[in-house]
Amino acid sequence: MKKLPNRSGHFGKYGGRYISETLMPAVLDLDEAYRRFKRDPEFKAELNHYLREYAGRPTPLYFAERLTEKVGGAKIYLKREDLCHTGAHKINNTIGQVLLARRMRKTRIIAETGAGQHGVATATVAAMFGLDCEIYMGTKDITRQSPNVFRMKLLGAKVHPVSSGSRTLKDAMNEALRDWVTNVYNTFYIIGSVAGPHPYPMMVRDFQSVIGLETKRQIKTEEGRLPNLLVACVGGGSNAMGLFYPFLDDKRVKMVGVEAGGLGLKTGSHAASICGGKVGVLHGAKSYLLQDRWGQIKHTHSISAGLDYPGVGPEHSFLHDIGRVTYTSVTDREALNGFMVLSQSEGIIPALESSHAVVYAINAAKKLGRRKTIVVNLSGRGDKDLDTVSKALGYKL
Amino acid sequence: MKKRESRLTGVFESLKQRGQKALITFITAGDPDMKRTGEIILELERAGSDIIELGIPFSDPMADGPTIQASYDRALKNNVTIASVLAFVKDVRKKSDIPIVLFGYYNPVFAYGLRKFAKNARLAGVDGVLVVDLPPEEAGELEKELKTEGVDLIYLLTPTSDARRMKLVSRRGSGFIYYVSLTGVTGARKKLPGGIARFVRQARAFTDLPVGVGFGISNPRQAGMVARQADGVVVGSAIINVIERYKNKKDIVKRVGRFAAQLKRGMSV
Repeated sequence: MKKLPNRSGHFGKYGGRYISETLMPAVLDLDEAYRRFKRDPEFKAELNHYLREYAGRPTPLYFAERLTEKVGGAKIYLKREDLCHTGAHKINNTIGQVLLARRMRKTRIIAETGAGQHGVATATVAAMFGLDCEIYMGTKDITRQSPNVFRMKLLGAKVHPVSSGSRTLKDAMNEALRDWVTNVYNTFYIIGSVAGPHPYPMMVRDFQSVIGLETKRQIKTEEGRLPNLLVACVGGGSNAMGLFYPFLDDKRVKMVGVEAGGLGLKTGSHAASICGGKVGVLHGAKSYLLQDRWGQIKHTHSISAGLDYPGVGPEHSFLHDIGRVTYTSVTDREALNGFMVLSQSEGIIPALESSHAVVYAINAAKKLGRRKTIVVNLSGRGDKDLDTVSKALGYKL
Repeated sequence: MKKRESRLTGVFESLKQRGQKALITFITAGDPDMKRTGEIILELERAGSDIIELGIPFSDPMADGPTIQASYDRALKNNVTIASVLAFVKDVRKKSDIPIVLFGYYNPVFAYGLRKFAKNARLAGVDGVLVVDLPPEEAGELEKELKTEGVDLIYLLTPTSDARRMKLVSRRGSGFIYYVSLTGVTGARKKLPGGIARFVRQARAFTDLPVGVGFGISNPRQAGMVARQADGVVVGSAIINVIERYKNKKDIVKRVGRFAAQLKRGMSV
């Protein structure tokens, strides 16, 4: 496949830099710095050092034997990103960006967060390098992901509650952009997904593609061949891009991105941008977007805070249009089912985000037959979701 | 299509001949409601506003501070859309020739359709368009459509703009250049940021377009200071504050007019 994005940050018609003029010099500088450092052997060595010694990479590619047996179909492997330091794949990207921030001599770090996993991963690297760190988080997410809020505070970050709009990830990102435009000279904005203006979608994908690179090596060792199917959940889509990207040229590997179907696509209460949206521009990029006919952004719903976002990374929109990746959605209820099944069959409690991918993989495994293999990106662990799940299931903690 | 004379540059030209600067007043279409937005525009014109910047409300205004965010929310509650704003301008044109610049975010324009937007903007009597999240790099298509219709596309420069950006914006922009006086979002501020005069001087080396300065200008004294340094003064949030305060009062239109008149007086001392 052709190398994308192009120099101006476009994946076909998607991506780009739709931001205020004040930020243009900042993203141009960042683009230049990233292109320079990604080829720098010293930068690469430092990145690999921290990924190995600090984040705990490589993460295992675990054959979920009991789950496979129970389902009675294709072999299911789990890429254990939940075992990364801080409990999700987000740290892969924040290590990369903080190393870049240091080289660009920025002293202050900001980030948006939905589930809190990116906020925690950002606060973590900021603490390690002694940088000031401020995190924007919607008040609805602060309530439903409270353990992560406390973690960020323990790590020394300041958490700004955002109570505008739908009080979720979208609004946190608006507020982070407002901060950045105000403090652009000394501040590095660590975006957590393959979203935002160029070069973020490319840069975050590159930092996350360690997931797919490891998976490729590991599955070849285990199975002697590539998997038949890759499955990952898609909110903004960083864990999915990270898994998919190194396999894009392997034509026989099918890929499915699972969006948050919420209460069901027909109800309008969901966060499935590709399955239920149309092309638009938000937060710096052109991509699929949940909006009304007048271009106003819709409120979204998902049981999982990390997927509760009206947009999606521009490269996903491109991969959807060319048919390389299939995008589908599962509902809150189905995701909860995946959450329970994996917990009880493998002793692994997945994040609600990842549970979307798990339940899709279970259904796909049944249809595929025993000689096929599926890799599911288990992007995060579910401790943060215990409160939400217990409420949904009617338990009293 | 015959090239239309830009009414925007025309206004700056005639003010210049009288030794005056342009007062550019920002209000949101539909805040507190369309009827009063219409009355406020006529009152602003009477009070000495030279150009109206009319905000198209957007659900996620990333470049705006709390004042204009709240104003957009009030307008959206009134079901204001880009189509109703265009129809509204057409209606205003029956009573006033004051130049009108539509100010907004890209997604509503994109969703409406670029060609349709450009055409209907001209038909409605819109003079210029400013899209805050559309830098020249991404604006090619809209620029082409607006040029065909003879509607100006106004670009921004900011304190972070270097010579390369000044050159780019000067080459691509029309109507006037909007200089954002500070790094930050819209909103009234107590203190005026420094460096405006120096920036305007630098920009003049690249462009013959008039330079309007906005963001953070909140009272007649500040408007006066900026007027000495630039060709136009944009006041937004401070006017929206008046609208917000008097939104349930009968004299809202007069209050806004009185404030604009004070700004204008501040600019002529």
